Amino acid sequence: MIPQAFEYEQPESVADAIAILGKHGGEARILAGGHSLVPLMKLRLAAPDALIDIGRIASLRGITDTPDAITIGALTTHAQVASSEVIAGGCPILAETAAGIGDVQVRNRGTIGGSVANADPHGDLPAVFLALEGEATAEGPNGERTIAATDLFVDYLQTSLSQDEIVTSVRVPKAGRSAYVKFNRRAQDWAIVGAAAVVDGSSARIALTGVASKPVRAAAAEAAFTGSNAAEAAGHAADGLDPPSDTAASGEYRAHLARVLVRRALEAAMAR
Amino acid sequence: MAIATEQGKGIGQAVHRKEDKKLLTGKGRYVDDLKLPGMQHMAIVRSTHAHADITGIDTSKAKGMPGVTAVLTGDDLEFAAGVPCASNPTGDMVHPVRPPLAKGRVRHAGEQVAVVLATDRYAAADAAAMVEVSYSPLPAVITPEQALADGAPKVHEELDSNVGLVLAHKTDNVDDAFAKADVVVKHTIRNQRLIHVPIETRGVVADWNTASDELTVHSSTQVPHFLRTFLAIVCGVSEAKVRAIAPDVGGGFGSKLNAYAEEFIAAAASQKIGAPVKWIEERSEAMLATCHGRAQDAHMELAATKDGKVLAMRAHYVQDYGSYLQMLTPLISQLTLLMSPGAYATPEVDVTVTNVYTNTVPTDALRGAGRPEATHAIERMMDILALELGMSRTEIRRRNFPQEFPFTTAIGLMYDSGDYEMTLDKLLELSDSKDEFEKRRAEADGRGKLLGRGLSTWVEVCGFVPSDVARSALGLTPGGWESSTVRMHPTGKVTVITGTSPHGQGHATSWSQIIETELGIPFDDVEVIHGDTAFAPYGLGTYGSRSLAVGGTAVHLAATQLRDKARLVAAQMLEASSDDLDFEGGTFSVKGSPDKSVTMQEVAFRAWQAFDMPEGVTPGLDETVFFDPPNCVFPFGAHGCEVEVDKETGKVEITSYIAVDDCGNVINPMIVDGQVHGGVAHGIGQALYEGAVYDANGQLLTGSLVEYVIPTAVEIPSIQTHRTVTPSPTNPLGVKGIGEAGTIASTPAVVGAVCNALGVRDLDMPLQPETVWRAMQEGGAA
Amino acid sequence: MKRAVTISVNGVSHTTGVEPRMLLVHLLREHLNLTGTHVGCDTSNCGACTVWLDGMAVKSCTVLAVQANGSEVTTIEGVSANGDLHPMQRAFHETHGLQCGYCTPGMVMTAIKLLESNPDPSDDEIRRGLEGNLCRCTGYENIVAAVRQAASGVTV
Repeated sequence: MIPQAFEYEQPESVADAIAILGKHGGEARILAGGHSLVPLMKLRLAAPDALIDIGRIASLRGITDTPDAITIGALTTHAQVASSEVIAGGCPILAETAAGIGDVQVRNRGTIGGSVANADPHGDLPAVFLALEGEATAEGPNGERTIAATDLFVDYLQTSLSQDEIVTSVRVPKAGRSAYVKFNRRAQDWAIVGAAAVVDGSSARIALTGVASKPVRAAAAEAAFTGSNAAEAAGHAADGLDPPSDTAASGEYRAHLARVLVRRALEAAMAR
Repeated sequence: MAIATEQGKGIGQAVHRKEDKKLLTGKGRYVDDLKLPGMQHMAIVRSTHAHADITGIDTSKAKGMPGVTAVLTGDDLEFAAGVPCASNPTGDMVHPVRPPLAKGRVRHAGEQVAVVLATDRYAAADAAAMVEVSYSPLPAVITPEQALADGAPKVHEELDSNVGLVLAHKTDNVDDAFAKADVVVKHTIRNQRLIHVPIETRGVVADWNTASDELTVHSSTQVPHFLRTFLAIVCGVSEAKVRAIAPDVGGGFGSKLNAYAEEFIAAAASQKIGAPVKWIEERSEAMLATCHGRAQDAHMELAATKDGKVLAMRAHYVQDYGSYLQMLTPLISQLTLLMSPGAYATPEVDVTVTNVYTNTVPTDALRGAGRPEATHAIERMMDILALELGMSRTEIRRRNFPQEFPFTTAIGLMYDSGDYEMTLDKLLELSDSKDEFEKRRAEADGRGKLLGRGLSTWVEVCGFVPSDVARSALGLTPGGWESSTVRMHPTGKVTVITGTSPHGQGHATSWSQIIETELGIPFDDVEVIHGDTAFAPYGLGTYGSRSLAVGGTAVHLAATQLRDKARLVAAQMLEASSDDLDFEGGTFSVKGSPDKSVTMQEVAFRAWQAFDMPEGVTPGLDETVFFDPPNCVFPFGAHGCEVEVDKETGKVEITSYIAVDDCGNVINPMIVDGQVHGGVAHGIGQALYEGAVYDANGQLLTGSLVEYVIPTAVEIPSIQTHRTVTPSPTNPLGVKGIGEAGTIASTPAVVGAVCNALGVRDLDMPLQPETVWRAMQEGGAA
Repeated sequence: MKRAVTISVNGVSHTTGVEPRMLLVHLLREHLNLTGTHVGCDTSNCGACTVWLDGMAVKSCTVLAVQANGSEVTTIEGVSANGDLHPMQRAFHETHGLQCGYCTPGMVMTAIKLLESNPDPSDDEIRRGLEGNLCRCTGYENIVAAVRQAASGVTV
């Protein structure tokens, strides 16, 4: 229940935040909404030397609408994503997914930047981000760079961000025919498996959460999709996957869910 | 002078609760809200091994941490006795001793090994993490199967094996009946290990005054008086110097029907350091350190005629005790044995219970305490028998109900009153006909859902317990009575002091309703004191759906005695004979001369002044009653559940739940409904979501509310409650209990519905989506 | 190293020194003696600790006190004015939406915000809106009835 002690910094700018990150040499963590990090710290499964609270940095907020894409500040909460008319209009899968994360209290604190930077293998947004082929903008001591979603998620809770980089915003292309389908045993829970499908004519981008150490693209299902054969394509959803087993579900069941949910996501996307 | 009383808040009314305002506004006082000057916070170091010898405890680093007052181990604290067990079903069962702080050996992961006392809880947590314990691991037995295997390592070396107790009851003609039967069905029903998860964990503030040797313990408990008695015994202090207080308690469900090591440790630590000690259990700690429940397998056989008449039952229950006996551990499976016949008149029974120690958290009472296990097993077997015979599940039950009450079962329990056909018929009236249901089943199939429905006809034993029965039949140390004082003050208000210890059940409201009906005193003029041993004469606490039947009766009897005395005083005041007085609306009046009257308030004032009292009548209006019930009570009913199962994922949704219950006369129907809602939701949790799981090394995998899943409002359906009223002949209020009924009735109704949807005989709880999916993969044919 | 935080709680400004690791719920309960907000778990599931932070329902066990520096917090002690019950509290009372009362403050805090954002919710929406608040006593039946009643504005 009680985290270990840590130093606490509250930088006013991204540059300051990066400098503090560098100072602690990998032993500091960024604190945004804190709803992945603080629970881990309370169980003493994480014990960083320092927390860098970026909550005051105004430049990390804001939703910007452009013709083909939407840029969302890293500190935008799930609740704000869920209720944004811009996002609902231009990229509804993102708004709908955000509306289903955790519960209302979690959504009021959890952020999109935190979600993609944390890369939780049960997280909803990373899978959707992957299926949208979004981009994350990160700032580090060497300046700013753009990381494609497909390059961002590396392994269990590991991204391609370096220790001293911060996600400052994410950018998602606009997409209409898309859907995210999430399966859990009980409300408020993490997904056991979730499937995101973005359909574009006769092709689809499909991503899964809960089936590997990170969110993954269902490449075989994508390759099999012709534009109208959701069931057939979904049959390949778990190809090449070896989903983990835990108290929530076995690997075999996760693979089965992947096939079911990919079909449902494709059908929902196609129906839009 | 008559004071008009506002009637309408007496027995039978759905009165809003007087407990609510403080709870709604955040002014409740739960144990963690209590702050005493100089109070230290206790954090507990717990075993990380399921079975091990402690080879060393290094407290040096911890002692040096900031804010630390003391670090104590089993060598530092003296106790006069071990953690108490008050249940000895045979009278000669050996009770292994559990020291409050482990000495030498630990027997489950989570057992208390050392404690840190510090000035605040953050410092205590830091220091606890710095205590270094070295262990020499021992081979462990995690399941009863392992514990029963030849050559299994023993959890308690002084015992011959890991079998803690065997109970048996066999009637004379069981084997004949099985031989003669047209059909025999056989199945093993599993009742999985559960964790209670009251939203408030346990907690205690112990305050030992070392100058006067008086000990005051505030504890989130269901049994403050038992706690006081056991504190005296275990900590070696005069019981007259101990005060135990249950503050507002945030739910118990049986988990706080106990006396725990932490309560004794906190008291002893307070004595040692001369300051109050607070311990508040963290949730992950609660999963490991508070008793678990259920963990019982039932190997069942029913022998029946082809017309569905059950001739005999064989039941072998295997109960996992866990590693130690807590206060009522042996009682639980004993209650299963006693209720094994369920709502049926099965004439021959052969029932045994084998109770086994394992290196896991001890088990004890969990809402229903042994009766859900019995009901689930027999209800599943009735469904299986119906399937085997091609009979309807309602018809087979009807054919086996007892017809006349009181009814004594083959086990020897006398069910006080009942009419099981009545509640079943009412359930059927409220449910769709078979044809309507089949239409909906076909429609659901088109949506990719399997529709199913299930029912349970249940009866249970509660209102614990006649003291003779407690001793002779159950082997319990304490009796089963309850006490109440009803006291009327000179200014006309009433205080009720009850030995019950409510933690959500609304006794202050219900007891006030009894007073309004019996004495004509307005509901709002009644105060109810509970949970403090300084006030109540002795109370056996709140559990086992006993408070109304036993505690409420004590209130009624004390009120009746008080009214009888008031009548004598009123007669004196009115210069009439006490037989010539009417009593109505709180006023005594002379028959035929209604203007010659006195109110209860006026009588109370006179009794306080005590002049010109009738011959032999003492001053005051203050009556105390100890009520020992002549029998337990037996509520009953029929529940029906409808589910939709997603054909692809196996996820179960309950689409309808109807409860028809008979708990005798009802004091507050709103409160009764609330108990049914909560009980049913708890049972749904067991049926579909919950299960405490250990790994092969005895580590609890379901160690937090992330892995141990209790239902949210989304998972629980709307629960429709209906009632019939068959008064109990056992007490003057005619009431039975209802607190556990919902939990007892619901698991078989839900599981039966899912089995009906899939067309299978049985499924092991919890029916998580994957379990159901696998069952569908394996083929649905029954 | 303690940090000074200034938080307005129920309209009253408080400045106090806290370790960065102090949870907001502990600041409220221990420093400010506002014990109406409860702790029920350690994994952010139960919601008993729900308060309003800058007008939004949050789990105060998962917010560091330092993160609330400069913010406004409302706890259960702050929802009613002048000693009267808030309509949601009154609805809980009238529908028997509480038994042991431990989950109740958090439940009420979430429920009030639920109606603010969705004044006429269906039962399903009510249940979904309360998914972050666990109750073990009531089976949720009367809690849903309370929110429904508060939404209708009808008092019994």
